Amino acid sequence: MPEPSPTKPPLQDLKPLPQDVGVAAPVGTGAPERIGKPRSLWSDAWHDLRRNPTFIVSALLILFLIVVAVFPSLFTGTDPKFCVLAESNKGGVPGHPFGFDRQGCDIYSRVIYGARASVAVGILVTTGVVLIGGVIGALAAFYAGATDSVLSRVTDVFFAIPLLLGAIVFLQSFPFRNILTVSAAIMIFGWPIVARVMRGAVISVKEADFVTAARALGASDMRILRRHILPNAIAPVIVVATISLGLFIVLEATLSFLGIGLPSSTVSWGGDINDAQSSLRSAPHVLLYPSVALSITVLAFMLLGDAVRDALDPKLR
Amino acid sequence: MGTYVLRRLLQMIPVFFGATFLIFYLVLGMPGDPLASMCGERGCDPATAVALRAQFHIGEPLYIQYYEYMRGIVTFDFGETFSRRPVLEVMRDAFPITIRLAIVAFVIEICIGIPLGLIAGLRRGKFFDSGILMGTLLIISIPIFVVGFLMQYYLGIKLGWFRPTVSGEAPWNELLLPGIVLGTVSLAYIMRLTRTSVVENIHADYVRTAVAKGLPHRRVVTVHLLRNSMIPVVTYLGADIGALMGGAIVTERIFNIHGVGGTLYQAITRGEAPTVVSFVIILVIVYLIFNLLVDLLYAVLDPRIRYA
Repeated sequence: MPEPSPTKPPLQDLKPLPQDVGVAAPVGTGAPERIGKPRSLWSDAWHDLRRNPTFIVSALLILFLIVVAVFPSLFTGTDPKFCVLAESNKGGVPGHPFGFDRQGCDIYSRVIYGARASVAVGILVTTGVVLIGGVIGALAAFYAGATDSVLSRVTDVFFAIPLLLGAIVFLQSFPFRNILTVSAAIMIFGWPIVARVMRGAVISVKEADFVTAARALGASDMRILRRHILPNAIAPVIVVATISLGLFIVLEATLSFLGIGLPSSTVSWGGDINDAQSSLRSAPHVLLYPSVALSITVLAFMLLGDAVRDALDPKLR
Repeated sequence: MGTYVLRRLLQMIPVFFGATFLIFYLVLGMPGDPLASMCGERGCDPATAVALRAQFHIGEPLYIQYYEYMRGIVTFDFGETFSRRPVLEVMRDAFPITIRLAIVAFVIEICIGIPLGLIAGLRRGKFFDSGILMGTLLIISIPIFVVGFLMQYYLGIKLGWFRPTVSGEAPWNELLLPGIVLGTVSLAYIMRLTRTSVVENIHADYVRTAVAKGLPHRRVVTVHLLRNSMIPVVTYLGADIGALMGGAIVTERIFNIHGVGGTLYQAITRGEAPTVVSFVIILVIVYLIFNLLVDLLYAVLDPRIRYA
C-alpha cells in the first residue's frame, strides 16, 4: 500500500474525499464548491441519465416490452396457439407479416406472446437474486469474522457450480416446470455474484466515519445497516442486477431451447427457436423472428445496465 | 506465500464437499423414489435396479449414500452408467474432446480479445472504441445458440468453409468452428474488460513515470500498461475455463459433439446419476484449481500484491 506523505498532506485530503466513502459511492461529485449544495449520488446519477441517449432509448424499449408482456392482446388479435398445419413454414402474407412456423402457427403473434415468459423470468430472477445475494453479502461483510467465513463459503459452494449446469440439474429433478420453477432454478445458482458484489461494497463502506458516528450515537446494527450502509453500498449491486437481467433472459431461453425449461404449452422465444432449428435449412425465417426479438430484449437491458453503470460509477467513464 | 496457498487449499475443502453434496442431493435426494426418475417411464429392468440400489445405497440416509459414493471416488471408482459401462471410461472419452474445444475457444479469446480491447482502450472515445463497445454489446445480447445456428448455416452449409457437424473423434480442425461459437460471448467480455482496465490505468502514475523516463511507447504499453491492466481479465479467464467446460452443453448440442457437455446433458435428461455426479465433481475441481491459480497470478501481474 502506498503511504501518504506524512509531512505535507495534499490539499485534497482536507476535504472529505468522495473516494473515502467507498468504491462506488462518489457522493456529491456534482461540484459542491460551486453551488455549496451537494447533490446526492442518486440525484446526480438521475441528472446524468436523463441526458444519456442510450438510457432514453433502452428505457423506452424496456417500457414497450413490459407493455407487450402485460397486454399482448393489444398488439395482435391472433391466438398464438391457433395453428393450421397446412400453413406450415410458409412465408409472410398480409395479416400474418412474419409467416408461419412448423406447426402452422402465426409467428408474429407467437413473438408478441413470447415476450411475457422472458420478461417475467428476467424480472423474477433479478428480484430474487438481489434479495438473497444482497442479504447474505451484506450480513457477511457487516458481521465479519465467523459469520463472514460461513456465509462466504456457502456463496463459494453455489458459485462453484456452473449456472447453466446447476439450473438443468435442478429442473430435471423437479416434477413440473413453469415460469416460477424455471426462475427458481436460475435464482438458486445465480445469487452468489450479487452476494460477492454486495459484500465488497459493504466492506468498503462500513469503516466510513459516518458509520462510526452513527454507532457512537447509539444506533442499532439494523439501523446502521439500513440507513447508513445500504444506501451507500447499493450502487454496484444495482449495476450488476441490471446487466444480469439480460443474462437471465438468455439463460431462460437457453433452458427452453434445450427442452428443459418452459414446457411447450407456454409460448416462449427459446422454445420457438428450438422448434425452428429442425427446419433451419428450408425455412430460416421461423428461426429469425424469435431470435431477433430475444436479442433486442437482451440488448435493451444490457444498454440500460451500461448507462446506469456510467451514471453511478463515473470513475469508469 | 506458502501460508496463503495453504489457507486457500483449506478453504477449498468445504467448498468442494458442499458443491458435490448439493449436486448429489439434487440428483438423488429429492423427494420420491430416485430410481423412478433414473429409469424413466419404462422403469429399470430388475438387474439394473438391484445394481443401482446397491451402488447408491438407496434406502439409507442421504449422508451415508454420499459418504459411500465419495469413498468409491477416492479409488477412482466413479460407478457405472445404465449400460454397465464404467463412468471413468466415459470421462476418458468425453474430456479430451471438450478440453480441445475449450482450448480453441480460449486461444481465440486471448489472441483476439486482448489486442482489440487494448487498441480500443488506447483510442478511447474514437470511432474504433465506440465500434468495439457497440459490437461487443451486440454479441453478448445474441444468445449463443442463435450465433451457433447462424455460423453453422452460413459458414458450414452455405459457404462450406467448415464441416457443419463434428465427427466422433473430433479432431482439431473440425473443432475450429464450434470453438469460435463457444468463445464468442467470452471474447466480447474480454474485449470490454481489457478496454475498461486500460482506460482506468492509462493515467496511472507508473505509466506517466515510464513515459517520463523516455521508455519507448511500445514498452510502456506492453509492459507497464497492459500487464497491470490484466488483473480483471485474468480473473475472468480463470472463471471462464470452468464455464467453457460446463457451458459447452449448447455448443456441443448444435454441432453434435460427444464431449463433456453432450454426455452430461444426455445423462441429466436420462437421470443417470453416476455420470452426472462424477462429471460435476470433476468440473468443480477444475473450477477450484483455476481460481486458485488466478489468485496466485495476481502477484505476478501486480508487484504491489504480496501474499502473507
